Formats: sequence, structure tokens, C-alpha cells
Amino acid sequence: MSDSSEDIIVCENVSKWFGDFRALHDVSIRVKKGEVVVVCGPSGSGKSTFIRTINRLEEHQQGRIIVDGIEMSNDIRNIDAIRREVGMVFQQFNLFPHLTVLQNVTLAPVWVRKKTRKESEQRALELLERVGIVEQALKFPGQLSGGQQQRVAIARVLAMDPRIILFDEPTSALDPEMVKEVLDVMKTLASEGITMICVTHEMGFAREVADRVVFMDRGQIVEEGTPEHFFTNPRHERTKLFLSQIL
Amino acid sequence: MATEVSQSQTRAPQPGIDVPGWLRKNLFSTWYNSLISIVLLVIVFQVVTGFFQWAFTTEGWIAAASNGRLILVGRYPAAELWRPQLALALVGLLLGLSGGVWRGIAQALTIGFAGMMLVLTALWTQLPPANPPAPLTTELVLVGIAVLVGGAYAAGRAGGERLRWPIIAGWFLAYPTIILILQGFGGTTVPTNLWGGLMLTMLLAVSGIVLSFPLGVLLALGRRSNLPVVKFFCVVYIELIRGVPLITVLFMAQLMLPLFLPSEVRIDAVVRAVVAVTLFSAAYLAENVRGGLQSIPKGQVEAARALGLNVVKTTLLITLPQALKAVIPVLVGQFISLFKDTSLVAIIGLLDLLGVARAINTQPEWLGFPGGVWRETFFVVAVIYWIFSFTMSRSSRQIEANLNRGAR
Repeated sequence: MSDSSEDIIVCENVSKWFGDFRALHDVSIRVKKGEVVVVCGPSGSGKSTFIRTINRLEEHQQGRIIVDGIEMSNDIRNIDAIRREVGMVFQQFNLFPHLTVLQNVTLAPVWVRKKTRKESEQRALELLERVGIVEQALKFPGQLSGGQQQRVAIARVLAMDPRIILFDEPTSALDPEMVKEVLDVMKTLASEGITMICVTHEMGFAREVADRVVFMDRGQIVEEGTPEHFFTNPRHERTKLFLSQIL
Repeated sequence: MATEVSQSQTRAPQPGIDVPGWLRKNLFSTWYNSLISIVLLVIVFQVVTGFFQWAFTTEGWIAAASNGRLILVGRYPAAELWRPQLALALVGLLLGLSGGVWRGIAQALTIGFAGMMLVLTALWTQLPPANPPAPLTTELVLVGIAVLVGGAYAAGRAGGERLRWPIIAGWFLAYPTIILILQGFGGTTVPTNLWGGLMLTMLLAVSGIVLSFPLGVLLALGRRSNLPVVKFFCVVYIELIRGVPLITVLFMAQLMLPLFLPSEVRIDAVVRAVVAVTLFSAAYLAENVRGGLQSIPKGQVEAARALGLNVVKTTLLITLPQALKAVIPVLVGQFISLFKDTSLVAIIGLLDLLGVARAINTQPEWLGFPGGVWRETFFVVAVIYWIFSFTMSRSSRQIEANLNRGAR
């Protein structure tokens, strides 16, 4: 618990219930600035619920969450302040189908950051260039492939200049041949020093890019460590079982 | 030669027109199908010939024709007729400009409007001259408006994109302006009990649509609100209104409201009808819009909120546009039924299009006609209703097609 000024996300004993079901069970984690954390675990283990508490898409009922020095409370201003700093990429992309790709990317800068339209569009085109789909800028999301849509979603998040990006199974809804193009973009981002928390089943990605791998099961963090340690020398039986099933 | 053959084979074979084959396949495939076909053909023949015999031999059309002014503007004073004409010209001007700038559906409506002016002109020339003769005959005014529409269209084409916002502002200002003109701004006041005919029907329908739309959207949002009090009131309102027929709401506004209000407060009968139609239509619109809102996946709201958009911006920029687009056909259906339902105000004593038709039937001039003239007048009125409803319905399809062009 030393060097806390470096911690950009602090979760202490976070618990969440859906009715009688306890989805999160005293989850505690500290994430350093620039760190890439991969969260894995069987389905229903609370991975998605956990990262969704970090930008308050899910409300936690116990414990503390501090993001970039702002403590999560019921104050809507606090929540909005956190959301401005935390981007999220969804499994189902969730692009806005009634807006063009360019409008999807400029929406938040214009309406939340109050940037001018011209400035936002210029930046959006740079970002689309970076994720390799600038030529699709004037199309609608429905005209793009899954991989292209997910890259637009990443550009949309980047347009807000977030300090943290949460990835909620970003490649799970993609056809196999499109997974790589999205992972490549994510690898570039990781190398640029953005703090990332990824829920993913892409163990190759975890091994190559993650600073730390967290294994969750039944709403708890069972084990965490460097990828090297995690994949070669897991301590817990449940981790071993999980790894034996997916590797 | 070889390429020609292969090209012709890339198309599906086109069956030639084969009338006997088609008849056999579709009308006379079995003995009972043949029987049904023959019986139906006889009935259709009877009805159609009956209709044409009546339409071309009856002299009752004269009742509708000589009451052209009553049908269009009701008992609006003859000396003040320039007011509705000015209002019509204003609409024509804006429509022409819109048609020139936006093309597509607006252009089609412009052509339809100008065409209608010319048809009316042709009808008017068949009528006996006005008594006393007006300085500007109606025919001249109608042709003038048609020319104005054409000019405005050309101006719109020339002006292009930069006219967009002025035109939109113009449409918003047109409504109060037209009301002021009709009320007698800058001259003799024309009380609303003299307003009537198609003009009154259009005013009721347009007011109802323009006012009930925002109210309906607000009710739909309120019904989905997290605030229990807001939600409760919206649910009660919607269910209450949807549980009663429009005619009772109209009677309520017309007869019972004056009982509740202090005697010195007199609300205009037309205003009361507009309020009743608006309140009624809003409840139905709210349910339609709610259906659209429910069809938006949860992920849309989550993505918007995760980007830092607040509740209001998420609703205005993300959910509402998608929801409204999804329910355009239902909304236009609702507007069409509102337009036709305005005919119920005839029962509470307003002389709208239907009220005018009933008034014509009781005019003493037509007493000598065997069986009266009601068939002819009601037919004319029905055709007028149909023209407007059909236009709305076609426009909605066009708008849908335009919106779907890019997004799938």
C-alpha cells in the first residue's frame, strides 16, 4: 500500500448485490497510473460487474471506490466528473446507429468537453486515422464490420482524452478474423501509457501486454500477479482449473 | 456473341404478359374459385356502373360547387376574404421556398400545392361571379398564389443551403402570424365563430399536431421517469384520457368547463376545441413514443452515460431521436386520425369541413332536389379529407425512406 499517489484507481472492499445474489464480494484492488490490468475468470464471476462499478454503470453498495482522486458517491457531479476521465469500450460496441462514424466520435467532445465542432472533427479524423478507418468517417455504424465498429468505439473513447479506459470483453462479439485488428489497436494504446483495465478471454493479449492479471471467481478476486507468474505458476486450484480449460 | 449470351443469363427469366394464363391462375383455378370470381365481378360491375351513373347524371354537385367558399372558409365575411387568401399565400411562399431548398418530399408537396391552386381556379371560373364583385376575383388570387409558389421555388433553388434556417424560422413564425391575420389584425376583428370549413379543419388539425407532439413526448418521458410523483401523474393522465372517447373530452371542454370557470372568464370555442383535441391526442402520442423509447437497447444509454453525457443530453441526443425515428409510421397514423377526428367538432356546433357539409344539406335551395344533395356534398368532403390524409401518409413513407438510406 505504499506510494499511493501513483494509484489512479483504488477499490476497497467493494461489494454489490443484485437482489439476494452477491455479485461482488469485498473486491479490493489498486491500479497504478499507466498500468494495464487484465481481468479474467469464468462467466458470471463478476468481472464485468466489477469494472462497471468503476464508472458507476453499476452502483456498489459497500466499500469505497476512488478514481483519479475523486471518491465515488451518490453525488451526480462526482459521477459525471469520473465519467469524463474514464472511457469504456463495450462488448456490443454500442455505437449510436443514427449518427455517422464522425458524429459518434465528436459527440462527447462537443457536448461534454464543449469543444468547437471544427476542432473536434479534426481530432476525430486524427483518431480514426490512428485506428485505421478514416475512410469510413461519413458512413453509419450499420455499414461497418464488427471489427471496424469496435475500432470506432475505441476512437470515440479516445476523443475524450480519458486517463483510464475500461474494456468490457471488447473482442467477444467479433468474428475470429476481426479480433486481431482490435487487439492491435489496444496494444498500441497500452504502449502509450494509458491506464487500462480489460475484461477479456484473450490470454495471448494478457500474456503479451498486461502488467498484471487478475483472476476472479464468484465475485471475489482469487489470485493476481504478473502474467509470467499467473500463467506458469498459479497458486490456487480454481485458477489452475480455469487455465486448463481455456488454454 | 458468347458474352451477350452469358450476360442475358445473369438475369432472372422475365415471364411475358399472358392474359389468359394469368386469369386462369389467379381467378379460375378451381370451380369454386371461378364461382367466387364471377359473383364478385358481377357485384363490382354493379357498384361501379351504379356509381358512375349517379356521378354523371345527378345535378346535386351544384350544391357543393356553389358553396365553394363555405366549404373552404366557412362563414368568414366576404369583405375580409383577403385574410385567408393572405394566409394561404404565406403558406405557399414557405412551401415553395422549402421545396426549392430541400427538394424531395417538400418539392412534391410544392407541386401538389400549386396544382391544387390551379384546380381550384378552374373550378372557380365555373361559378357565377361574386356579388358584390370583389376588386380581386378569387380566380386571380389563386393563380397569383400558384405563381408565387413557383417563384418561391425558383428562389429556393437559387438560394440553396443558406436559406435553411431562415425558412425553418419562417415556419415557426407562420403559425402565430396566420392566427393573427385571420383574427383581423390591423382591421375588423373576425370572431372565431365565423371561421369554418377546410380552414377551420386545417387550423384544428395543425394546432392539435403541433401542440400535442411536444406534450406527448414529455408525457412519454415522464412515464419512464424515476421520479415517482411525475411518473404517477403521467400514468394517471394517459390512462384516464385513453379510457374515454374524444367526443366526451370535447363535450367536457365545450359544456362543462364553463360551469367550473367563473362566469366572467369566457374561453373561445375554437380554443377549447383545440385544447381538447391536443390533450386527447397527446395521451395516445405518449404511448406511441414510449413504445419507441422501449425499443432502444440499454447499451445506448450506457454508452452515452459512460461518455459523460448527462441524463438530459442522453435523452435529447441519443434516445429520443432513435425512438422517434422508429415510430414515425405510428406517429403519422396518429396525426392522420387526429386530422379526421377534428370532424367531431361539428357535433359541438363548430362549422368545420363536416359541419359545413351538414349546413349545405339543409339550405332551402336544395329542397327541390329528389332525395336531397347530401350524397354529393358528403362525397366532395370525403374526397377533400382523403387528399390530405393520403398526402400525409405518402409523405411519412418518403421521410422514412430518406432516414433509412444511410443507416441500416
